Amino acid sequence: MNALLPHLPALQVVVPLVAAPLCLLAGRGGLAWIIAFLAAAAATVTAAILAYQTLHNGPISYEMGGWAPPWGIEYVVDTANAFILLLVAGIATVVLLFCYTSVGKEIRAGRQHLFYCMYTLCLTGLLGIAITGDAFNVFVFLEISSLSSYALIAMGGQRKALTAAFQYLVVGTIGATFFLIGVGLLYMMTGTLNMADLATRIPAIQDSRPVLAAFAFITVGLALKAALFPLHLWLPNAYAFAPSGVSAFIAATATKVSLYVLLRFTFTVFGADIAFRNLSLNLVLLLPAVIAMFAGSFSAIFQRDIKRMLAYSSVAQIGYITLAIALASHAGIQAAMIHIFNHGLMKAALFCAMGCIFYRIGSTRIDQIAGLGREMPWTFAAIAAAGLSLLGVPLTAGFISKWYLVQAALQSDMWWLVVLIAVSSMLALVYVWRLVEALYFKEPPPGRGTVAEAPLSMLLPTLLLAGANIYFGLDTRLPIEMTDSAATLLLRGQVW
Amino acid sequence: MLQVVLEHYNYWIAILLMMVGFYTVVARGNLVKKLVGLNIFQTSVFLLYISMAKVTGGTAPILDDRFQVYSNPLPHVLILTAIVVGVATTALGLALVVRIRESYGTIEEDELDLMDGET
Repeated sequence: MNALLPHLPALQVVVPLVAAPLCLLAGRGGLAWIIAFLAAAAATVTAAILAYQTLHNGPISYEMGGWAPPWGIEYVVDTANAFILLLVAGIATVVLLFCYTSVGKEIRAGRQHLFYCMYTLCLTGLLGIAITGDAFNVFVFLEISSLSSYALIAMGGQRKALTAAFQYLVVGTIGATFFLIGVGLLYMMTGTLNMADLATRIPAIQDSRPVLAAFAFITVGLALKAALFPLHLWLPNAYAFAPSGVSAFIAATATKVSLYVLLRFTFTVFGADIAFRNLSLNLVLLLPAVIAMFAGSFSAIFQRDIKRMLAYSSVAQIGYITLAIALASHAGIQAAMIHIFNHGLMKAALFCAMGCIFYRIGSTRIDQIAGLGREMPWTFAAIAAAGLSLLGVPLTAGFISKWYLVQAALQSDMWWLVVLIAVSSMLALVYVWRLVEALYFKEPPPGRGTVAEAPLSMLLPTLLLAGANIYFGLDTRLPIEMTDSAATLLLRGQVW
Repeated sequence: MLQVVLEHYNYWIAILLMMVGFYTVVARGNLVKKLVGLNIFQTSVFLLYISMAKVTGGTAPILDDRFQVYSNPLPHVLILTAIVVGVATTALGLALVVRIRESYGTIEEDELDLMDGET
């Protein structure tokens, strides 16, 4: 065991990577599920140990294959990405528990092992993006996670899943290629791809055109991947028509990882000085973020499909996170990372709950789900808890997010932002209430027989995620400690 | 001015291809043509990388006593990876187009939008 400890950063990525072809070879859904679950659980344990180590002993550097950086690929774990690793691996594991029954119904028997193969590959990509300290390696993992998520979305039952996946493929590839152009320009100017090495070389040439162009390409490419307004058009259909488990997994993790890379490049690689003082990235991000908060919530109110409504709500929530990044202060970064974590919990719980409903009635349309709250009380409880968290009601994780966000805005002397945050939260109240009203107060549509509660194997993970929304609203030590240290590290810029 | 343009002709070609590809992706309604555009767009970036690896007077990076100046091999290796990614993207995109054609009976974007709007 002790021999493995120094290699944990590599194992974090290698274990799910090896599990993916094993799932393929397994040939059967059940066996593939066991392999995928073991890999995801191992990734969670690894992430937890790494998080503990970084919090107490500081950043860890790992030389991939024994090649010293900056020539070899370096994996670097600090509190910022350990936090993201923990979120991604944790959500992936819980959602996999949910998938066993959900995928059993939604995916044809002969294709289930392919589903788990893609799922573990997607997990590999997301973990790799977060852990690597090499700019080009980010691109490779970005494409691994993207390609597998296109395939996962296309596995949705309706034919619209295909067009949604195709649209996401085109937009996602453009985003990743933009990122690649940016990395190329940086390499041209500095001759290195190692992030820490880049960070030491960029200040000397910070005013040159290629560096500025690289910054623009990388920011726009990542904004496409993170679905920042107005680059979010691929997102609603992708989340709405993907299989239930995929919606829950991707909504909770994929855009969050892109936002983390944006944080890493803005603060560590380029440095806050270049990004915010010379290029006023704060203004560039602030406007779309505020519009996203309103446009996303507003569109969500008018959706007839609940999964689509939640997808638009994600656009608004990404707005909050970007807003916090745009404040470019210690409190702002901390608020952004806390909300990345908490929003992952909320959306995973809500999409899982929608998966429970879909399992029973085969639809998530608002007129079809009327009155289900009384027939599926536990699912309804999960939706209520996660919905309250989405609104930011005290005693839920969402409240912690909003609290830190408001504090960060006040520290930056932007009290008008507080007003905007409050007003847009009211919009969230409208759509969450619409969901609760339909579930609990409306009469069921004629012709629908009695509906049973979702099977336990789906209900337990859903309740676990919903419970996490309450737990992290009461016991905030983990996210607060991790993000406090992460914000300090990111703001200090320079080498980890 | 002309000299500046000619000296950097590799960049101009890359930019031209990039815009041709990007325009095709945006302006064409046929899904296969969109993928072709996407390919051209990606290829332009490959060219950008490959051409920046060239060192004037440099030879292929094979160690030999007769040569002192070598071209930089790293961008070639990077782009090899990116080409693989591009092939995978195209394959997946075409597979999706086949499935779309099977279930919709068309691969024209405007017709797909119309059919999606109805359901």
